Amino acid sequence: MTLLSVQDVGKVFGTLRALDGASLTVDTRSFHGLIGPNGSGKSTLLKAIAGAHFATSGRISFDGHDITTAPPYERARLGMSLKFQITAILPQLSVYDNILLGLQAGNPVWSLGMSKTRRGLHAEVMQALERFRLAQRADDLAGELSHGQQQWLEIAMALARNPKILLLDEPTAGMSPQERRATGELLAPIREHCSLLIVEHDLDFIKDICDALTVLDQGKVVASGPTAAVQEDPRVKEAYLSHA
Amino acid sequence: MTASATTAAAGSTRPRRVLPVVEILTLAVMLITPFALDSRPELVTLATNILILSILALSFELCWGYSGIMSFGQALFFGVPGYVIALVGRDMEFSHLWGTLPLAMLVGLVLSTVFAAFLLLGRRTPTPIFIALGTLTGSYAAERLVSGWQYVGAGNGLSSIKLLQAGEYEFVEGMAFYFLALGCLLAVYLVSRFLMRSQLGLVLAGVRQNEERLAFFGYRVQFYKAIVFAFSGMIAGLAGALYAYHQGFIGPGNMGPGLSTMAVIYCLFGGAGTLVGPIIGAASIEALSYVLADIDLVKRFWPVILGLVLLLVVTFQPSGLLGLVVSARERIGSYGWKRGRDQGGD
Repeated sequence: MTLLSVQDVGKVFGTLRALDGASLTVDTRSFHGLIGPNGSGKSTLLKAIAGAHFATSGRISFDGHDITTAPPYERARLGMSLKFQITAILPQLSVYDNILLGLQAGNPVWSLGMSKTRRGLHAEVMQALERFRLAQRADDLAGELSHGQQQWLEIAMALARNPKILLLDEPTAGMSPQERRATGELLAPIREHCSLLIVEHDLDFIKDICDALTVLDQGKVVASGPTAAVQEDPRVKEAYLSHA
Repeated sequence: MTASATTAAAGSTRPRRVLPVVEILTLAVMLITPFALDSRPELVTLATNILILSILALSFELCWGYSGIMSFGQALFFGVPGYVIALVGRDMEFSHLWGTLPLAMLVGLVLSTVFAAFLLLGRRTPTPIFIALGTLTGSYAAERLVSGWQYVGAGNGLSSIKLLQAGEYEFVEGMAFYFLALGCLLAVYLVSRFLMRSQLGLVLAGVRQNEERLAFFGYRVQFYKAIVFAFSGMIAGLAGALYAYHQGFIGPGNMGPGLSTMAVIYCLFGGAGTLVGPIIGAASIEALSYVLADIDLVKRFWPVILGLVLLLVVTFQPSGLLGLVVSARERIGSYGWKRGRDQGGD
């Protein structure tokens, strides 16, 4: 069943056409990789899906809703979650409070003002921290974590509210090989309840975890489909693998 | 490792807590002050004025220290309610505390809500400069408007304001007004402290650090800012009414950029993001101003001196006076219920 549908999306920055009629679909509980050479428009497409900027043309629908011009908070409320390319944790808050912020996002303002849900969310915060191996750092400032741990924290924050889809922009950038392997292990179980759309340069990593791939080149989709088939597509080898 | 074990382990690394000590000391000084100054009524008047200006400083603190909103027109929400209660006293012969103080708060709330809707809730995300200039312009325009409006006394303002009443009792300058102002300051402080240390305060702390991140969590960031801005306007309205009753006067300068800038200076000088810092800032600046007022040279250059003080603080001690004793970690603090309680500690 299709969860996310991107149809003929274009994005123009001044005179630069960053996306030119890009289309893809992500099914429920599937892991979908978005790859392509530098400057191919991967992050631009991910941001258009997340609402960081709006598509100049085309249509994006998510879980039956047209979200092409919806602001980020509306997309988040529909069950979409994003992890930025550059780590976007809140460095001056504790690791615990970073997760809590993600978890309490759906609470009404009056309830937050009265701290009504804080106690009830404690177990969920600790569960998320333990799942991402951060429980021992709960009271440390998030800015004091290592780079890899900050990436995990941001993924944990993004997953806190059990989104329907998680958009990940280069989650393993700057990680050691061990941390990359651990990231793959941490992401695998979310398939039970969440889809994944992931932009990543590490092809081995993406081939290991993704069911489907979309390859972009110069803002256009070169190929899209099951991982094995896309890997063998001669246009992909030409457009992407020869650059890599 | 269990959750409780984790918390216990992490709890041992928590920083030394200085802020509660500063808060208690400040309260103690406030309680003692009128008795210590009993023989000097003019100083009790000064101290009352400081308490009222502290409420104004707190209203700015909520905007800047906790929500990252640079409101350079906070005096607007102070002055307009002051004028309103003065006019209600003059034209309707009404000055009962139970009616006029809530009225002033309502006027401050409505006015700041209108400004919040215009400055914060537009289609585009406003820049800090847009908000600073928007509030500054509002404050300046209001000052100019009343300066030429005869109905509200034009440049002379409104004087001989009807005394604030509670039943048959009339509040005049002195001990009673001091404790009324102290009661109001305490109430505003406690409510603000509760909110800023709640889960709502956590959202605001997140907003200060990374608005975009919060939006991608599903928070309507500008809406949260608008709520705090409106609340701060309500507080400023209370301060404006108290000021008008206490001084028996309200004038154009009480809603202009001059007083708005003073609110900024109180907050930054004392230490933004601590709540108690702006109170200490207001007390320090006003007390210093009083002491130095008799020196002609200082009097003439006082605005310049204040400007230099602000410049020096922003440049060399951006965390203000309290930054000297309160660590950055303590300033960040924690939000909502204490974790020990979460685990059945209470």
